Amino acid sequence: MKILVGYKRVVDYNVRIQVKPDGTGVVTDGVKLSANPFDDIALEEALRLREKGVATEVVVIGIGPADLTAHLRNGLAMGANRAVHVVTADAVQPLTAARVFLKLIEKEQPELVILGKQAIDDDANQTGQMLAALWDRPQATFASKVEIADGKATVTREVDAGLEVIEAELPAVITTDLRLNEPRFIKLPDIMKAKSKPIDTLELDSLGVETHDHLKTTHYAAPAKRSKGVMVKDAAELVTALKQKGLL
Amino acid sequence: MSKILVIAEHLGGKLNSSTARAVSAAIAVKGETIDVLVLADHADAIAAEAAKIDGVSRVLTVTRAENAHALAAVLAPQIARAAVGYSHVFVPSTTFGKDVAPRVAALLGVAQVSDVMSVEAAHTFKRPIYAGNAIITVEADASHTVVATIRSASWPAAGHGGNSAPIEALDIDVSLPAHTRFVELKQGSSDRPDLQSAGKVVSGGRGVGSKENFDIIFKFADRIGAAVGASRAAVDAGYVPSDLQVGQTGKIIAPELYMAIGISGAIQHLTGIKDAGTIVAINKDSEAPIFEIADLGLVGDLFKIIPELEQALG
Repeated sequence: MKILVGYKRVVDYNVRIQVKPDGTGVVTDGVKLSANPFDDIALEEALRLREKGVATEVVVIGIGPADLTAHLRNGLAMGANRAVHVVTADAVQPLTAARVFLKLIEKEQPELVILGKQAIDDDANQTGQMLAALWDRPQATFASKVEIADGKATVTREVDAGLEVIEAELPAVITTDLRLNEPRFIKLPDIMKAKSKPIDTLELDSLGVETHDHLKTTHYAAPAKRSKGVMVKDAAELVTALKQKGLL
Repeated sequence: MSKILVIAEHLGGKLNSSTARAVSAAIAVKGETIDVLVLADHADAIAAEAAKIDGVSRVLTVTRAENAHALAAVLAPQIARAAVGYSHVFVPSTTFGKDVAPRVAALLGVAQVSDVMSVEAAHTFKRPIYAGNAIITVEADASHTVVATIRSASWPAAGHGGNSAPIEALDIDVSLPAHTRFVELKQGSSDRPDLQSAGKVVSGGRGVGSKENFDIIFKFADRIGAAVGASRAAVDAGYVPSDLQVGQTGKIIAPELYMAIGISGAIQHLTGIKDAGTIVAINKDSEAPIFEIADLGLVGDLFKIIPELEQALG
């Protein structure tokens, strides 16, 4: 069984994002970039399925500019067998990303596609669901547990009401939630090994995918700030303050 | 003029309050029509509740056995068919809406606007990115249907009781996939208020220290009639189940009172509570980032302070 994994590069989750004063974007120059945390979880899950003998091959997919190669090498160092780099200088919206994945699915014929539930830059939470729709296959989003057997995935999903379990016939799309697993750390020898693993490079324009953006971002703003409040000295003072506000 | 279809969220035969919040966003579009679509195996009681929401023009029901559970693969083709003729499809930005709405958008071949915080114009919206550290204004192509999820914490629930919109059954003739099946829903049974809609929330973090210690949070919450939440650290440590997680990847809430106890205030957690009315922080570390956004802060040991709070309540 082959597994495709989406592997997006984003601004590192520890970076405090600053909006440019002219409202044209956020500051990304000189900012640390890392794998989207949910994508690391997706890759880890795929690797564990391979280690269990459920999967035979794990392919990481990245969509982005020429220098994305270094990021894909990290995915290979973590353990993916090979990578596919879809090259584009433009930012890609979720619907376009889903269409790109569909093209790669037609070529690669995987039985499972694992994506992060959202990327922590645009927080869209769309690509996996869109891909499943275009592919006309099941989706199991927000997964916190995955079991593969008898041609189906049994997935526990983190939903608002609790934990939902669903069964999805393969092939299917799974999107990862935080508690699915804890991704492994990359070891130095693995970085050396990754250098010889193959990365296929495809130009986005060569895929014949419609890339028209339906959404235009016209302005970026910093969020409204909450003003710093007051410190109280003890429990009694806190209760009094809350009672005055009519909250207790 | 805009015609808006709002997809009702429901569970166990009851309408979720996120639906009335999505209706508020629809009202802000100033459209001529706001219809609510209920997909269920038994739709009558849910539809009757939806019909009372102010601003709703009609409630449309699709009653099918396959709609007994909210499976995105099953619901999306029906919603996409029902969406024909509408300028907007609004879905609550809950795990229900986040699951199903992008699938609808893809079937319609359109983009989705996630987590709408405000409606600037019929096709212009504000939404958060980078865990709410930037707010963007996005313009959707007016020649296509807008599919959007509505960030519940940004919208009050539309009024309830002054309306009695007509209810009509829709016959949607689309074939539904059988490749995805519901197995079970494990719900934490709780008599406490629902975290997402509660007026008061008491949350505990890593500082609470253990699953057993978390009882002090539950007890205090019960004392003041609050729902219970938790930081990611507390959930990861196994103190409480994941459905209590508040933050960027958990629940985003806007109670009138939020009390963060033993929570340091990672940026991802603050994202989930920014819209709360009053934030109270109790933490033994006076440098904890939670104090930067708290309206009322108290430095000290939570195991000493909580009993004192209970005593002060009288």
